[in-house]
Amino acid sequence: MAAYFVRRVAYAVLLIFLVSVLAFLVIQLPPGDYATSYVSRISSAGMTEERRQELLVAITQRYALDRPIHQQYLTWMSNILTSGDFGMSFNWNRPVYRIITERLPLTVTLGLVTLFFQFVVAIPIGLFSAVNQYTKGDYLITLLSFVGVSIPNFLLALVVMVLLFSNFNISIGGLFSPEYREAAWSAGKVLDLLQHMIVPVIVIGMESTAGTVRTLRATMLDELGKDYMKVAKAKGLSNWAAVIKHALRIALNPIIAALGWQLPAIVSGSMIVSIVVGLPTVGPILHQALLSQDMYLAGGIILVLSSLTIFGTLLSDLLLAVSDPRISFEDGGK
Amino acid sequence: MQETTETTFKSRSQMQLIMLRFRKHRLAKVSLWIIGGFIVCALFGEFFIPNDPTHAFPNMNYIPPRKVRFVDADGRFHIRPFIYDYKQEFNRTTWEREWAENTEVRHPIYFLARGFDYKLLGLIPTNIHLFNVSETAPKLFLFGTDRNGRDVFSRTIYATRVSISMAILGVIISIVLGILLGGVAGYYGGIPDDVIQRISELLLAVPKLPLWMGLAAAVPSNWPITKVYASIVVISSMTSWPWLARGIRSKLISLRKEDYVLAAQSYSASNMRIIFRYLVPNFMSYIIVSLTLAIPGMILMETALSFLGLGLRPPAVSWGVLLEQAQSFQTVILYPWLLIPGLFVVTAILSLNFVGDGLRDAADPYEKG
Repeated sequence: MAAYFVRRVAYAVLLIFLVSVLAFLVIQLPPGDYATSYVSRISSAGMTEERRQELLVAITQRYALDRPIHQQYLTWMSNILTSGDFGMSFNWNRPVYRIITERLPLTVTLGLVTLFFQFVVAIPIGLFSAVNQYTKGDYLITLLSFVGVSIPNFLLALVVMVLLFSNFNISIGGLFSPEYREAAWSAGKVLDLLQHMIVPVIVIGMESTAGTVRTLRATMLDELGKDYMKVAKAKGLSNWAAVIKHALRIALNPIIAALGWQLPAIVSGSMIVSIVVGLPTVGPILHQALLSQDMYLAGGIILVLSSLTIFGTLLSDLLLAVSDPRISFEDGGK
Repeated sequence: MQETTETTFKSRSQMQLIMLRFRKHRLAKVSLWIIGGFIVCALFGEFFIPNDPTHAFPNMNYIPPRKVRFVDADGRFHIRPFIYDYKQEFNRTTWEREWAENTEVRHPIYFLARGFDYKLLGLIPTNIHLFNVSETAPKLFLFGTDRNGRDVFSRTIYATRVSISMAILGVIISIVLGILLGGVAGYYGGIPDDVIQRISELLLAVPKLPLWMGLAAAVPSNWPITKVYASIVVISSMTSWPWLARGIRSKLISLRKEDYVLAAQSYSASNMRIIFRYLVPNFMSYIIVSLTLAIPGMILMETALSFLGLGLRPPAVSWGVLLEQAQSFQTVILYPWLLIPGLFVVTAILSLNFVGDGLRDAADPYEKG
């Protein structure tokens, strides 16, 4: 088990390194000279030529822009690792680090709440569907879960927004009511946040919820027919007790394993929904940054989001190994 | 599923058996017809649309969808469908533009009527369209017009070509990459296997959208449409080849140990013969199923990127480009018909998912999913 943990952690570190290379690639790809465009953007009309040159040199030095590309990468990386310096955003004229940390807590909260939501909703539905296989309820759930994975979440977000606005005059833009936006954290603010989160969470969680329902249904159907279920019922357990105590425990493992792809999907989903609905997560910031080629900000966001996702997947892998010890044996035995 | 008692003994090939089981899946069968419809639209798009999809009609922006009628204002039924012209009115109480129907003149819709010039399949010059109003009548805007006064119906049908062809091309690229990389990893093992595994893990572990947005944003804005098209195809194919490569790798690894492979090796069959005669037919059905299920992901990725203004750009016409105009919900509240292309996206994805599911059940009756 310990060897499995070490190997998983090592993989995660390797993946994060590869992600950082990709994020750096995103920063490098757009054509044009970063230093000159940065200086031309932030320099005001009254700036002397001398001052501009100074700035240009300072920028070039800071990002090692005059050196070969691998050294630029190393400079960028070591700045991040040693002092949390992700570079400057020229749209905001502020350090990227600041912008990301301001918005990250809500981004992570939104993701975690969505994850929680999809389990709470999907597990009972999947169970019901499997236990009542080939009934009308099962067909309806199967059909709905197909529709659920087929509707692009940004379209769903738009339609829900329009319906809520035109029928109930509710606007779901943002995550806080105006009176709480600037207020300090309080019970009222948390409640307000949760209220505003309901619609986005349902919209973002739709796809992964539908996916989880289908996975759970399939694995439950496999487990329900197995001998240990007959034994459980033979020793006098009621059908539901046998399902919950025995079959569900095993059928949950593939769902924990599926976290590996659901986490990235939820992060992607929350990003595009945030852009459409205008939630104060990193999503809209990344969108603007890419449209205006504010590359250090974009690269920073991609790096942080992807690393967090990999970290989350690592946690789910370790969790799975604890809940299903067969995993670490199988993996070690290959 | 109920057992049919078949008394006739007839040998059927693997393919015939799959087709037989597939036909039992009713939703999948209907979906296959819908997909066929999309492909016909993609090939003969111009024939089905009354207006030139790229033409902006002056002073005709944001016209609501025209109602096609059979019953006129006096309650009389006409066998030939017709439309009424709209006249713009200014509502003094709400201070909004409103469109009222002018019920004095009926404008009938003719089938196989003349319209704008185009080349059928890019070869045959013609101006015959499936349906249109006469030249003097007001234009037929079935789904209304967009902010530039272009016909949303014509654009939506026309966009099928770009959206569907992009998805198919993307899937072809990922299938080639998937077979190549998955095959190498599964057949040789060792270091190539490790490298390919790590790369595909990487592409699966990162949230796709932010990264793809980043890569798509790097496509220079002055590139011609075809180059942008190709780059977006390549970018979106990155989302599905890792799945395919991993699937093929694990299939190969498990099949390699099968008795019939050993048997083939023992009569000294060549590697190539083993791969193509024994292994490929075994995972062919897997490939076809994954292919079908990968196309929706492609359509989604292109739509999402173009919707965000980072994918295809006008004058290219794809579903995502059309939906880009519906980005803000204020616009959608005022002009809800701009979301109609979204219905096409959902229909296409849903039918492909049904067909994929039907194929999977048909190809592998032992595996539930």
